Amino acid sequence: MFQLVGYIVLFPMIGFILNGLLGKKLRSEALIGGIGSGAVGVSFVVCLLIFVEMLGSAPEERLHIISFSQWVTAGSLSVNVAYQVDQLSVLMTLIVTGVGFLIHVYSIGYLHGDPGFWRFFAYLNLFIFMMLNLVLADNFLLMFLGWEGVGLCSYLLIGFWHDRKFETGGYAPGTATTSDAARKAFIVNRIGDFGFLIGMFLIFNTFGSLTFEDVFSRASATISSGDTIIFWITLLLFVGATGKSAQIPLYVWLPDAMAGPTPVSALIHAATMVTAGVYMVARCSVLYALAPITMDIVATIGIATALFAATMGIVQNDIKKILAYSTISQLGYMFLGLGVGAFASGVFHLMTHAFFKALLFLGAGAVIHAMEGEQDIQKMGGLRTYLPKTYKTFLVAALAIAGIPPLSGFFSKDEILWMAYSQGSFVFWILGWIGAGLTAFYIFRLVILTFEGAARWPHQKHPHEAVRTMTVPLIILAVLSVGGGFAGVPEILLGSNAVDRWLEPVYEKANAAMALATEGEAGEFFLMGLSVLIGGAGIYFAWLLYLRRPELSTKLSSVFGRLQKVVLNKYYVDEIYDLIVVRPCVKGSERLLWKFFDAGIIDGAVNGVATLMAYFSNAFRRIQVGVVQGYALAFLLGVVVVLGIMLFR
Amino acid sequence: MEPPLLTYILCTPLAGAILILLAPMGNVRFIKTCGLVSSITAFAISVRLCVELDGASPAMQFVEQVRWIEGLNISYHLGIDGISILPIVLTSFLTPLTLLYSWNSIEKRIKGYVAMMLFLEVGMLGVFCAIDTFLFYFFWEAMLIPMYFIIGIWGGQNRIYAAVKFFLYTMFGSLLMLVAIIWLGYYASTLAGGHFTTDLLELFTIAPSIPLSIQSWLFLAFALSFAIKVPLFPFHTWLPDAHVEAPTAGSVILAGVLLKMGTYGFLRFCIPLFPQATLQFLPYLGVLGVIGIVYGALVSMVQPDMKKLVAYSSVSHLGFVVLGIFALTEEAVQGSIIQMVNHGLSTGALFLLVGMVYDRRHTRLISDFGGLSKRMPVYATFLMIVSLSSIGLPGLNGFIGEFLILLGAFKSRFFATPAYAIFAATGVVLAAVYLLWMYQRVMFGPLDKPENQVLKDLSMREIAVLTPIVIWILWIGVYPSSFLEKTAGSTKRLVETMERNHALQFESLPPGTISSDNASGAVSFSRSAE
Amino acid sequence: MVPLPFYLVLSAILFTIGVAGVLTRRNAIIVFLSLELMLNSANLTLVAFSAFLGDATGQVLVFFVIAVAAAEAAVGLAIIIALFRNKQTVNVDEINIMKW
Repeated sequence: MFQLVGYIVLFPMIGFILNGLLGKKLRSEALIGGIGSGAVGVSFVVCLLIFVEMLGSAPEERLHIISFSQWVTAGSLSVNVAYQVDQLSVLMTLIVTGVGFLIHVYSIGYLHGDPGFWRFFAYLNLFIFMMLNLVLADNFLLMFLGWEGVGLCSYLLIGFWHDRKFETGGYAPGTATTSDAARKAFIVNRIGDFGFLIGMFLIFNTFGSLTFEDVFSRASATISSGDTIIFWITLLLFVGATGKSAQIPLYVWLPDAMAGPTPVSALIHAATMVTAGVYMVARCSVLYALAPITMDIVATIGIATALFAATMGIVQNDIKKILAYSTISQLGYMFLGLGVGAFASGVFHLMTHAFFKALLFLGAGAVIHAMEGEQDIQKMGGLRTYLPKTYKTFLVAALAIAGIPPLSGFFSKDEILWMAYSQGSFVFWILGWIGAGLTAFYIFRLVILTFEGAARWPHQKHPHEAVRTMTVPLIILAVLSVGGGFAGVPEILLGSNAVDRWLEPVYEKANAAMALATEGEAGEFFLMGLSVLIGGAGIYFAWLLYLRRPELSTKLSSVFGRLQKVVLNKYYVDEIYDLIVVRPCVKGSERLLWKFFDAGIIDGAVNGVATLMAYFSNAFRRIQVGVVQGYALAFLLGVVVVLGIMLFR
Repeated sequence: MEPPLLTYILCTPLAGAILILLAPMGNVRFIKTCGLVSSITAFAISVRLCVELDGASPAMQFVEQVRWIEGLNISYHLGIDGISILPIVLTSFLTPLTLLYSWNSIEKRIKGYVAMMLFLEVGMLGVFCAIDTFLFYFFWEAMLIPMYFIIGIWGGQNRIYAAVKFFLYTMFGSLLMLVAIIWLGYYASTLAGGHFTTDLLELFTIAPSIPLSIQSWLFLAFALSFAIKVPLFPFHTWLPDAHVEAPTAGSVILAGVLLKMGTYGFLRFCIPLFPQATLQFLPYLGVLGVIGIVYGALVSMVQPDMKKLVAYSSVSHLGFVVLGIFALTEEAVQGSIIQMVNHGLSTGALFLLVGMVYDRRHTRLISDFGGLSKRMPVYATFLMIVSLSSIGLPGLNGFIGEFLILLGAFKSRFFATPAYAIFAATGVVLAAVYLLWMYQRVMFGPLDKPENQVLKDLSMREIAVLTPIVIWILWIGVYPSSFLEKTAGSTKRLVETMERNHALQFESLPPGTISSDNASGAVSFSRSAE
Repeated sequence: MVPLPFYLVLSAILFTIGVAGVLTRRNAIIVFLSLELMLNSANLTLVAFSAFLGDATGQVLVFFVIAVAAAEAAVGLAIIIALFRNKQTVNVDEINIMKW
C-alpha cells in the first residue's frame, strides 16, 4: 500500500498537464473542474488508504521510504526522488489533499464564467503537486523543490487576474496591480529561500548528506546540544520559514497576497503553503531540539508575530486582509508551540487552523461573491438573512478560531498556550493569552460587521446564497472545525490525545534531546479556564462595540485616532522596507553601478584606450607627407646607418 | 577501426559552408536548406558522440592525430572528454535552431550569412575538440572572423562599433595567449631530451613543473584571454554592446556558445597546466566571479533595453560558472559544466524570444511594451518557462547548476571561507527581481499602445525553434543524471589533481617537483603524511 | 690594365650622381633616368670585380640586373603614363595624394 505514495503525487501532475495543455480547448467547466478536483480527490483517497494501513500497523513500523529514481548525483552528493511516508507526512498529506479537494470543488462555483478557468485549475493542481513533494520528500533538496514550487504557484495564482489594481504595500496608492503583489510575494519568499539554501549547504557540509534519515540520525548521534553549527543551521532554516510562513520580518507579502482569488487565499495562504515553514521546523525537530537558542528565537518571533499581526487585524476593513493578518497571527502561535518544544501541538494547531481558516476564507469568498466583488466590511452588514448557510458555517469557524470549546480551535490553541506556560515561560503564556483575546475580538468584529446589524449597502445589490459546489465544502469544513479538535483532546479532559500519540515516534529523538518539564494538572485546568474567559471577553467586547453600542467604537476611533492610523497603515513597515532596501537598490544600481561605474569607468577605460590609440595614430600619420622622394631619403639614411653599424662594429 | 567522428563533425558544417559559397546567390531556398541540413547532421553526430562517450573515464576519447607542422611538432590533434562533450552538443544543438529562426528575419545577403554561421560553427566545434594548443588557438581566432561579420553586417544601428570592439578586445587577450603557447612549446624544448611541442597531453606532464614565478605569468596570459571571453568582471563591457547590436541568431550563438569557450578554456588549459598558479590566483578569480554575479544582476535590473538586460544577466550567470570552476570540488565543477549548458539554453532562448518580439515591433525598449500576454499567450508561456529556468527554479535546469555550484563553493577547501557562496547565493534573489520585473512590465500591465494590440502570437516555426530548448530545459531539471554522469570522470581527475597540489603546498616540498599526471590517468603517486 | 680602384671610384661617383638625381629632380622621368644610372653603376662594379677576380659569377649577375632594370623601367614608365593621364603632370612634388 505504501508503494502507492507515488500516485498521490502523480495525479495532480497529470491534472496539471491535462488542464494546462488541453484546458483551453475543453469548453466545459464541469470537465475542467472535474479533472482538477478529481486528481486531488484520488490523491486524498490513496492517502486515506495508506493512513488506514498505518493505523493498522505498529508504531515502529509506520515509517516507510519509497524511492523512485535518481535525481542529482555529483561528487559526494546523491539525492533521489524519494518519499518518506511517516506519521507526520501522512497527516500533512491528508490535510493538503483533503482541504485541497474541498477548495477545488468550491472553485468550480467561485470561478464560474472566468475566461481563465482552465488556467486556474491547472495552476491549482500544480500547486498541490508541489506541496505534496514538499511534505512527502525524504530529503532537503526535494523538499526545496516543493518549497520553491509552491512559491511559483503562489506567484502565478496571486497574479491570476493580472491587471487588476490592488493596493500593495510599498507602492504609491493607486499604482500597484495584482502582478506587483504577486512579484512581491515571490521575491520576499526568495529572500527566505536564500536562508534555506545556506542552511542546506551547512547541513551538507556538516553531515555529508541531504537525506532526512541520514542527517537526523547523525545529528542525534554526534552533535551535542548547543553546538554552534546546529545553531546556524536551524537559524538559517528558520529564516526560510519566516519567508514562507509569513513571520517577522518577512511577513509583508501575505496581506498583499489577498490580491488573488479567494480560493487561492484559502488554499495557499491559509491551509497549506504558509504552513510549510511550520512543517519544516517540525520535520527537523531533531535539529531544533539540539539548538535551544534557536528554539527561543523561534518562539519569540512566533509570539511577537502573533501579537503584532493581531493588532493589525483589529483595525483592517477589508474582509480578506483581516483574515490574512489572522493567518499570520495564528502561524505565530504555531511557531510558539514549536519553539517551546511542543512540536506535536504546533502541528495539531496547523491541522485545526487549516480547517477553520479555509472555512473563513471560503465563507468570505461566498460573501464577496454575493456582494458582487465588494470586500470592505464597512459596506456590508445584515447579510445573515440573505446568506444563512454561509453565516452559520462562518460563525462556527469564528468560534473555533476564538478558542471556544468544544470546537477544534480551543483544543489546539489551548494546548499551545499550556505548553507555552509549562515548557516556555510565563511571559510567553501571558502574551499568547492576550493575543487569544485579540483574536476573538477581531474575528467577531468581522462577523458582526459583515453579517449582523443593519445593512450598509445599496439597495441595488441582491445578495444570494452561493451554489451548492460552494456551500457543500463550507459545511464539510464546518463539521471538521467542530470535530477536528477531538483528535487532540488532552488527557486531563479524558481524551486520548490522539494527535500527540500519533506523532510521538516522529519526535522521539527530539524529545529525548530536550529536557521537558511537567506541570501539575490543576495548572492546566486553570489556564484552560482563563483561555475560555479571554475568548469570551473578546467576543463580548466585539459585540459591545459593534452591535450594542456602535457609537462607542466611533468615539474610541477619534480618541486613538493617530494610533489607529499607524496600525491601519501596518506600522508603515512596507514603507520602511521600500525606503531602506528597495529604493537604494534600484536607484543605486541605476546611477552608481550602471551609469557611473560600468558605462563611465570600465567602458570609459576601454573606449579611452581606443581614443588614446587614435590620438597617437593621428600624431604619427603626419609623417606620411606623400612625397615619394622624402621616403626615398629616409630609406637611404636608414641604409647608411645600418651599413655604418655593420662596418664599425 | 572507428570512424573519425570528430573530423566529421568539423567537416560537415565546413562542407555545407563551401557548398553555399559556391551556390548562386539567388537560390535562397537551397542556401537555407543546405545550412539547416548540414547543421542538423552535425548535431546528429554530436548526439552519437555524447551517447558513446564513457563518462566514467577521465581519458581523452575519439582521439585523432595527424602530423601537421613537422618541425614544431604541431599536429592536428582532436579529442573530447567529459568536459568538452556537453558544450559540443550545445553548439550543434543551437546552430540549426538559430538558422531555423533566421529563416525569415534576415533579408539581405543570405548566402554570406548562412555561410558565416556555418564557419562559426566549425570554429566553435574546433575549439572544443582541439587538444593541440596551436590548433586550439587557430580555431579560437578563426571563429572571431565570422562573428565579426555577423555583427558588423547584419547587426543593429551601432553595429560597427560593437563588432570592432568585440573583435579587438577579444583579440588583445588572445595575442597574449599566443605568446604563452609559444613560450610553453619553447620551454618543452629546453627540457632534457625534450622538443618544442604544442601537444596538450604532453604539456600536461611538463607544464606543472614550471617554476611558480613564470607559471603565474603564463597563467595570467591564458586567463586574461579567457576572462575577456567569459566575460569576467571587469572585462565584460564588450558584451552588452555586442549582444545588443548583433542580429538575434548572432546573439544566441554568442551567448550560447562563445561565452562558454572562456570557461572551457579555464577548465581545459589554465587549471591542469598551471596548478600552482591556479592555487595562487584562485581567491581573486573567485571574488571576481562573485562580483560578477551581484554586479551583473544589479545592473541588469535597471536596463531599459530588453536585450541589454539579458546581456548583463549573462555576466551574472557566468559569474556562477567561474565561481564553480574555481571552487574545485567535484560538485562545483560538475555544476559549472552543467550550468554552461543551462546558460546556453535559457539565455539563448531568452534572446530568441526577445528577437521574436523585435521582429514584430522593431523595438526592444521595455517601455514600448506592456500587456503583451493578452495578444500572445503562447509567447507568454514560453517566456515564463525560460525566465523561471534562468531564475533557477527547482525542477528546471538552472537550479541544478546553481545549486551544485553553490554547494561546492560552500564546502570548498580552496576558498578560505563560505562567504563566497553566501554572497553568490544572493544572486538567486536578484535574478528573480530583474527577470520578474521585466516580465511584468512587458507581458502584464495595460495593453495601451496601438502597435501592441495587433501583434500576432508565435508561428509554428517559432514554436518549433523554442520547443526543443524547453524540452532540454525540463530534461536537465528533472533528470540531470544523464548529463552529469558524462562529466563525472574528467571532473574527478581534475579535482583530485588539484587537491594533490593543494596538499603539496602545505608540506615543505618545493612546488612543481612532482607533476600531475593528467595524461595517463593512473595515480601512481605516494602521498606523504596525508 | 686600369687598376681596380679607378673602376670602383667611377662607380661610386656614378652612384652618387644617381642618388642625387633620384632625391632632388622633379620630373619623374628624370628620376627614372637617375635610377638607371644607379643600377648601371652597380653593374660596373660587378664587371670590374669579375674581371679582376677572374670569376664569371659577377658577369652573370650583371645579366640579371640588366633584365630586372629593363622590366622595372617598363613597369615604372607604364605607371607614369597612367599617372599622367589622370593628373596631367609628371612633377613628383605634385603627386602626393597618399598622405595623411
